[in-house]
Amino acid sequence: MGPSVNRALYVSAGLSFLLAAGAARADTTLTVATVNNGDMVVMQKLSSQFESQHPDIHLRWVVLEENVLRQRVTTDIATHAGQFDVLTIGNYEVPIWARQGWLEPFENLPAAYDVDDLLGPVREGITYKGKLYGLPFYGESAMTYYRTDLFEKAGLKMPDAPTFAQVREFADKITNKDTQTYGICLRGKPGWGENMAFITPLVDAFGGQWFDASWKPTIDTPQWKSAVSWYVDIMKKDGPPGATSNGFNENLALFASGHCGMWMDATVAAGLLFDPKQSQVSKTTGFASFPTGEFKGGPTWLWSWNLGIPSSSKNVDAAKTFITWATSKDYIKLVAKENGWVAVPPGTRKSTYDNPDYQKAAPFSSFVLKAIESANPNGQTAHPRPYQGAQFVGIPEFQGIGTQVGQTIAGTLTGNTTIEQALKSAQSATERTMRQAGYPKAAEKEASK
Amino acid sequence: MKDSAAKRIFITILGWLVALLLAFPIIWMVMTSFKTETDAISTPPLFVWHPTVASYAEVQERANYFSFALNSILISVGGSLLALAFSVPAAYAMAFHPTPRTRSTLLWMLSTKMLPPVGVLVPIYLLFSSLNILDTRGGLIIVYALMNLPIVVWMLFTFFKEVPREILEAGRMDGAGVWNEMRYLLMPLTLPGIASTGLLSLILCWNEAFWSLNLTSSAAAPLTTFIASFSSPEGLFFAKLSAASTIAVAPILIFGWLSQRQLVRGMTFGAVK
Repeated sequence: MGPSVNRALYVSAGLSFLLAAGAARADTTLTVATVNNGDMVVMQKLSSQFESQHPDIHLRWVVLEENVLRQRVTTDIATHAGQFDVLTIGNYEVPIWARQGWLEPFENLPAAYDVDDLLGPVREGITYKGKLYGLPFYGESAMTYYRTDLFEKAGLKMPDAPTFAQVREFADKITNKDTQTYGICLRGKPGWGENMAFITPLVDAFGGQWFDASWKPTIDTPQWKSAVSWYVDIMKKDGPPGATSNGFNENLALFASGHCGMWMDATVAAGLLFDPKQSQVSKTTGFASFPTGEFKGGPTWLWSWNLGIPSSSKNVDAAKTFITWATSKDYIKLVAKENGWVAVPPGTRKSTYDNPDYQKAAPFSSFVLKAIESANPNGQTAHPRPYQGAQFVGIPEFQGIGTQVGQTIAGTLTGNTTIEQALKSAQSATERTMRQAGYPKAAEKEASK
Repeated sequence: MKDSAAKRIFITILGWLVALLLAFPIIWMVMTSFKTETDAISTPPLFVWHPTVASYAEVQERANYFSFALNSILISVGGSLLALAFSVPAAYAMAFHPTPRTRSTLLWMLSTKMLPPVGVLVPIYLLFSSLNILDTRGGLIIVYALMNLPIVVWMLFTFFKEVPREILEAGRMDGAGVWNEMRYLLMPLTLPGIASTGLLSLILCWNEAFWSLNLTSSAAAPLTTFIASFSSPEGLFFAKLSAASTIAVAPILIFGWLSQRQLVRGMTFGAVK
């Protein structure tokens, strides 16, 4: 071996060492795009513990308003810009985006993650072709909140599983507009994720649905008319004024400040209403299931906020490490330790609901679990349907359709149009959109499987 | 005499009422920022309450205000200076050396403002992505300069038109070139106009939200993204959002207050001859 060969060997050994050392020290910065919900804020605060456990991974947070986040993230993924490594996305987007090839699948999750501990309906909602394309951070269904003191005063008793007919009777008896006490508060703000999130399960319960088996809209049917009439009548008679401006937050504010007798909305409100710092009625709030109608057992409401990885990310492995940490059992225990059991992200794991400490801290937990387990997003409506989703239709066109129909229905609340006119125009607008989108098409049928 | 006194009182009261009406949203925002979340949503609204700075503390705990504010300052000042650097020569050429197409060029420049920004979002995003300037201050400075260019050119053009050509011609007779003409004659004569144009551009950059929300994520994010991060789809946020908005608009409010004389002077520049 000549001296030059020796030198070359030394140099290459030295280089390899430097490279290896460099690789070991190569730090990764993950950009996490999320919404400003309470549970995400807690995650952001606690993420310093993740960084201390993984000194080679740093986190950069981008907190955006929900619709802005969707727009940002869609633009980024569609243009393959790769600005984000971890996304907060709903169970509406996960299957649609997975089908487009925009998301990385989660495979070979570690045994300690205990994927079977995830609640069935939540897990199914983010599965596409047998693979998980996101991991659930928190989940929710819908339930009924009511004021025990007002019910007692009116001599009423809320059943565990009320019907829409009973709700109507109770609302009439509780309303006292002189004291600004309204029998019922419901979403009226137009939007696919606003008023239509309530109207869709309401229509299902009245025996209606969005589309028939051949993707023909069925909005002009008597079932829709009965459901929308129930909604408009009760809101006009027993609802707060200006209801078309009320979404989740506005109703939360109205209920928390003692202006509503009943409110049907997302289960995530339970924790907020139960918190005396945020609610003036924390001691007088009762819980019951989401009301049922003539058609029972159909889809009701299921929403989950999930963490996913865009296919444009350049740090997939580090992103997976972070997401499995943030959606793990250990993370839930960490939140419980730092902020108490009532603050843990709900609606994702069976183990959370089995925990006696959680049951004690969150007396509404059994209602929430029951609501999620019976949300039935893949279940059937009164007649066979070609789509999936509980309070939404799992097709990309639904955002536009839902918002447009939502605006038409809001018009009936303000008295601008009659229910018949509204449903007729919603039907023809939806027919047009579906025709332009090329329905019925085989691909969509396959996608919703 | 009596009539004019009554008229003056009436006009003063009317002036105060209009001012109060215009300022009311800002006043209400500042009031809300000192309330708790429950007080902030109280109906009827509370005009007397126990003030708290809890929302400010939470806002500061969750986000580093100063890094957002620094980005806002650098991007707004940079964008305005860049726009002025291009607009002064452009407006000079159009005001003093017009061609038959000058007017239509000016109108065309203004017409670009009629296009909704979202219409060019994807091409701009792709361009930024391939130039690797997404989430950089430099990238946003370029966009802001381009965004304000039509307004800045138009404003400067109208200010420059007020300057008598003879003054520039006299300078030329004394041997001044184009640069010296602009530097020693035009710019000192129209300084109030240039300053007020710069100030207006600064305010427009500071308040711009669409491009900053879409083209930045963290490193170059200005105060508009800071405010947006406090809006929540689920949970009460009005007090925190108001606190975030108050500290986001405070610098530009103070700046506007200090420079209001300059702004008004510039706006009315050349109005009375």
